[in-house]
Amino acid sequence: MEDILKTCLHQKHLDLGAKMMPFGGFDMPIEYTSIIEEHNAVRHAAGIFDVSHMGEILITGPDSERYINYIFTNNIRGAEPGKIFYGMLLYPDGGTVDDLLVYKMGEERFFLVVNASNIAKDYQWIVEHSAGYNLNIENQSDYYGEVAVQGPRAEACIEELLHLEVKDLQFYTCKEIECDGETIIVSRTGYTGEDGFEIYGSHAFINRVWDVLVGSKQVLPCGLGCRDTLRFEVGLPLYGHELEKDITPIEAGLGMFVKLDKDDFIGKEAIARQKAEGAKRKIVGIELADKAIPRSGYEVYADGKVIGHVTTGYNSISTGKSVCMALIDSAYAALGTEVEIHIRKKFFKGTVVKKRFYEKNYKK
Amino acid sequence: MSTVLDGLYYSESHEWLKVEGEFGYIGITDYAQHQLGSVVYVDLPEVDDELNQGEEFGAVESVKAASDLLSPISGTVVEINEALEDKPELLNEDAFNNWICKVKISDPEELKNLMDAEAYKAICE
Repeated sequence: MEDILKTCLHQKHLDLGAKMMPFGGFDMPIEYTSIIEEHNAVRHAAGIFDVSHMGEILITGPDSERYINYIFTNNIRGAEPGKIFYGMLLYPDGGTVDDLLVYKMGEERFFLVVNASNIAKDYQWIVEHSAGYNLNIENQSDYYGEVAVQGPRAEACIEELLHLEVKDLQFYTCKEIECDGETIIVSRTGYTGEDGFEIYGSHAFINRVWDVLVGSKQVLPCGLGCRDTLRFEVGLPLYGHELEKDITPIEAGLGMFVKLDKDDFIGKEAIARQKAEGAKRKIVGIELADKAIPRSGYEVYADGKVIGHVTTGYNSISTGKSVCMALIDSAYAALGTEVEIHIRKKFFKGTVVKKRFYEKNYKK
Repeated sequence: MSTVLDGLYYSESHEWLKVEGEFGYIGITDYAQHQLGSVVYVDLPEVDDELNQGEEFGAVESVKAASDLLSPISGTVVEINEALEDKPELLNEDAFNNWICKVKISDPEELKNLMDAEAYKAICE
């Protein structure tokens, strides 16, 4: 058993009295005061998350663009520096190694942001397939701390309290800023469905950012509990739930991030075949008539048989409805299909709906 | 600090039982509601359900997780607190004044398997 890891903000969480739990190998804050209060702060004002557990891998060199396009599902070819892409690393059978962001920092410099639980696996995967390419791969996860500042007030708070110019950043773009004697990275990205930014820097810098924003009382410290309820409400996937080594992006409804019209990439053939034949399973949204809560792993029924299982479910904080995402047999995936979810001893009626339970409020 | 009321019976799974004649009111303790965080749903039993001491009879759910309710006593449900259907947060506001169900106790001998307030306070520390 490996020791649990701590982020550079760990002591801050303890000082604030956060409820701590292991996540992705790290001891992380789940909530400080209440998930509901933190969730609402992000929807209506601003919240800050410690996401230093996320992994950062830097790929540089003449072949870096060509190589990333070979292991990544989205197409980064010819993009302007500053552009960010969402996509996946796939196994040859189309299953998902991880979902990640690729930041184009410069012509031959790419910054990959990966899930905490997958850092070692991804790094190994990326190194293993790079033979013959002229490039350098560096796992910088231990160097970088990261915070996500999210919500309609995020831009104003970063400009006014941190004095960083971020107004000019478009959605899914990034820039490097010289600050306090180091180069930090700021991007207009997030995982909440709200406008917001992610800031990467040294541990000392990230601690200063935390102190300034939290100290101002204008930005509420938010735990991973509400990060999950926020991303869930806008239908964003979480690796280990909606994406997995045996779940393809097509099954997860993320086909738009897999570019079959580009050159060969790992998993392309399997995905092209699945798209042509039609996926047998699909991630759908289900809304329950009752307030009972469909939790991850609960079985979904139709026609008296199990047709799949819940991948994430909550009583939505923003809408009050009990809703879930579920991986089910495609035969039952049409909107409006009646299904049932087995919750403890009872069966509850539900209807297949769009898996976006709340509208995103991105600033584009 | 969590509140523990004198005069009630307590289970190790953090339910309380208030005995009135042959009936008993069942709820969750202040300590339990505190551990759960914001309660968003209570899966109530139904009238006429037969409860067995130590066995699951419903659940209390916070945003993050479902927590089974284990009955502190055997008996038949005669009434449920329907207010919790629309306002589950009442359990956070006052766990001792918001009972979950009322049962007709079938075996008063079972009370000796439960703790008094002093003993319960000790396990909450």
